[in-house]
Amino acid sequence: MKTPFPFSAIVGQTEMKQAMILTAVDPGIGGVLVFGDRGTGKSTAVRALAALLPEITVVESCPVNAATTAECPDWAELGSKKRVKRPTPVIDLPLGATEDRVVGALDIERALTRGEKAFEPGLLARANRGYLYIDEVNLLEDHIVDLLLDVAQSGENVVEREGLSIRHPARFVLVGSGNPEEGELRPQLLDRFGLSVEVKSPTDVAERVEVIKRRDAFEADFDAFMARHGAEDAKVRDTILKARKRLPKVKTPDDILNDCAALCIALGSDGLRGELTLLRTARALAAYRGDKTLTRAHLRDIAPSALSHRLRRDPLDEAGSGARVARIVDEVLG
Amino acid sequence: MTSDTTSWDRAALALRLLCVPDADLGGAVIRMRASPARDHVLTQVAPLQPRKIHPTISDDQLFGGLDLAATLNAAQVVENKSFFHSRCTALLTMSERCGPDLAAKLAQQLDSGAGHMIVALDEGAEPDEAAPPALTERLAFHIAPEGRAPAGWPSDTPPVPAGTPLTPADVTVSGSDIETLTSLAAVFGIDSLRAPSLALRAARAHAAMHGRKAVDESDLNAAAELVYPQRATRVPQEPEDQSQDPPPPPEDAPDDDGAGDSESFELPDGDMLVDAVKALLPADLLAGLVPAGTTRSQTGGGAGMKRKGNRRGRPLPSRPGRLDGRARIDLVATLRAAAPWQPLRNAAVPAGTPPRQGLQIRPADIRLKRYQEQSDRLLIFAVDASGSAAMSRLNEAKGAVELLLGQAYAARDHVALIAFRGAEAELLLPPTRSLVQTKRRLASLPGGGGTPLAAGLQQAALLAEQSRARGLSPTVVILTDGRANIALDGTANRQTAQSDAEKMAGLLTAQNIAGLVIDMSNRPQDALRSLAARMQAPYIALPRADAERLTGAVSAALEG
Repeated sequence: MKTPFPFSAIVGQTEMKQAMILTAVDPGIGGVLVFGDRGTGKSTAVRALAALLPEITVVESCPVNAATTAECPDWAELGSKKRVKRPTPVIDLPLGATEDRVVGALDIERALTRGEKAFEPGLLARANRGYLYIDEVNLLEDHIVDLLLDVAQSGENVVEREGLSIRHPARFVLVGSGNPEEGELRPQLLDRFGLSVEVKSPTDVAERVEVIKRRDAFEADFDAFMARHGAEDAKVRDTILKARKRLPKVKTPDDILNDCAALCIALGSDGLRGELTLLRTARALAAYRGDKTLTRAHLRDIAPSALSHRLRRDPLDEAGSGARVARIVDEVLG
Repeated sequence: MTSDTTSWDRAALALRLLCVPDADLGGAVIRMRASPARDHVLTQVAPLQPRKIHPTISDDQLFGGLDLAATLNAAQVVENKSFFHSRCTALLTMSERCGPDLAAKLAQQLDSGAGHMIVALDEGAEPDEAAPPALTERLAFHIAPEGRAPAGWPSDTPPVPAGTPLTPADVTVSGSDIETLTSLAAVFGIDSLRAPSLALRAARAHAAMHGRKAVDESDLNAAAELVYPQRATRVPQEPEDQSQDPPPPPEDAPDDDGAGDSESFELPDGDMLVDAVKALLPADLLAGLVPAGTTRSQTGGGAGMKRKGNRRGRPLPSRPGRLDGRARIDLVATLRAAAPWQPLRNAAVPAGTPPRQGLQIRPADIRLKRYQEQSDRLLIFAVDASGSAAMSRLNEAKGAVELLLGQAYAARDHVALIAFRGAEAELLLPPTRSLVQTKRRLASLPGGGGTPLAAGLQQAALLAEQSRARGLSPTVVILTDGRANIALDGTANRQTAQSDAEKMAGLLTAQNIAGLVIDMSNRPQDALRSLAARMQAPYIALPRADAERLTGAVSAALEG
């Protein structure tokens, strides 16, 4: 596979880029949903994300990328127990993937050739501690969606089939992208994404020209382009690492908690997941920017991504729910 | 016809550009019926050694994996090779039947950067029948030559530049070239940034093919003509001295503006390019109808939607196939297919091996179950019960509902009735097939008051969405005289009422709900006509309609 287009070379789309970086700072935020027109760089950004993520330490032969041998599941037959550094996994979940491939199943190859009953881990195992990317997530079949919802919530994949009884950790950041023209997403799945961003084609000609120029430079003059933007990617990566260290120390004043609650009440979002995500994402943002205390400015910047998909849909609001959130944020935070 | 020659010339050029190595153009859509002419066209991509795939190709074949049957036979692991294991060109036959999931998978392969190409053969008969946009958007060219191929096509032999052949990467592109292509895309309302990117690659490939080290005007011209026309969503408004104000029909294309024009160095930036692309825009875009690329996936057909599946519904004859974990095996048909072969297969067992017990079944014997479901149709009547004409209109609508229900058992129709009057819309008759219930419910209906058209549409959209979740195929029929004067929030404001109604119509379109607008006023209304256009629904003017004519019009519009 060719080196993906570098993340830092993506023109504009700041909201999408910010959301992706924040999930890298705090994987607990719970994923990003990117909805938008065709040809706006959704897939490009996700594929670029892999190069941006810091490496993780894993047991070399562990099928679920566990950090220590103690954390490896008992069914895994470990070969090498050396701990090695690996890039954070970004696993593509193709549409039309069968349940077997997603959760794992009996290892048919071994069953046939050696007559052994063994478990062949699926995509969920490989995505543990990393990212699971679903392109065209709105077209995903319902039974796969149900399965993902269950695993994403529990952080554990349980397989009870074909005489196998297997469980393994499956904690991953769900990244979905899609085009709303082709179908809506079920509210249950929508709610499960921490952040959602809408991307639009840039309307400014200069910006569009810049996009094409960079794409062209990437294809025509690959080495020079990578040298320039690879360094910028490394810078972002360093900031992410620093932000992860700073994150536990970010102070959260009580009045900010009040603001969170007031915002969610004003927006009428269902459940409390909105507040939790808003708070968590705002803290990640503060850490990423190097701020020690959470302020209203952070809330303001992150509220559209964290809340816009949790509203009741208003068919009359053509501006999109992002604009609605921004309006209410202005009202509540003054 | 000169326009025929140019469309064939453009096709030849596009195909030749596809064959430029490392051009990374993604491929092309070829919209032609299967014919000797298409075979002739396809000979042009023979250097790419395309391999055929079909819309129902299974994941195993596409991405490789364990070949179960071969593994069992050989008693050792046999893997299917992935179709995309090395750079390849796939010839996707009948791409108009390609589903969104296959399109997404192929798009993923195109995005992988391995330089795969897809040539999609589109045999769609209707304008609506086309490959999914997720796929076609990634393919640079759209080739649809009109008429018959001129004798000796392709006429001009590909240019052979002197010296070592250039690759597209050797060609330099100036910043202003990129600006030209990008702003040109913007002029035609092409939002996706893939289009200018592909056009740029096409320009590079064109320059490389002609042995030029830098892109010049003719390269840009060719690229724009090949990539932009079918993606355009609007016709640029021009303030200049064109004699015709409405955009010229395609026949007006200046003959010398063709792709092979080499004397076009004096082209002023932009304007000539705009004209060149404009001359090639598809006719329906010029007619100011539906924007290109926004075709809806289905329209209200005569009966409910048909769905083929492998779970439920009316059984269809079983078909040979492979067990892929989703389909169910038809055991009887499989045994029946295997039965005649048993003596031959038993005889074919090599001497010396112990005789095998039972039936010998080969993968080719496997038959899979198929079912077809037909979902019922729901006709939602949204009736204007406002003003003076309310009573007669409502009565006619009631009559129509009853007439339609009378035929309902044959057509599997359900009917619902929404009346809007005063400040709000009311669901008078929930979806039903019962004639008795209908008569009772519709016995006395109130009328009068304002016209909250938007509220009526909203209620209809809501009901349509609910009923679709229950497996019905909804169609909304709107009966009104069209003077919307109550906004959605209940205020009497003609302006907001109209814009609310338009918005709700847009919502119906977005939800892909088929519709029909019947104008019952004495003088047909422009506002209603535009509302119908917004809904992408037929508009019928029926002043003083009675129940019979109403039923006839509805039935005709739905069958048509």
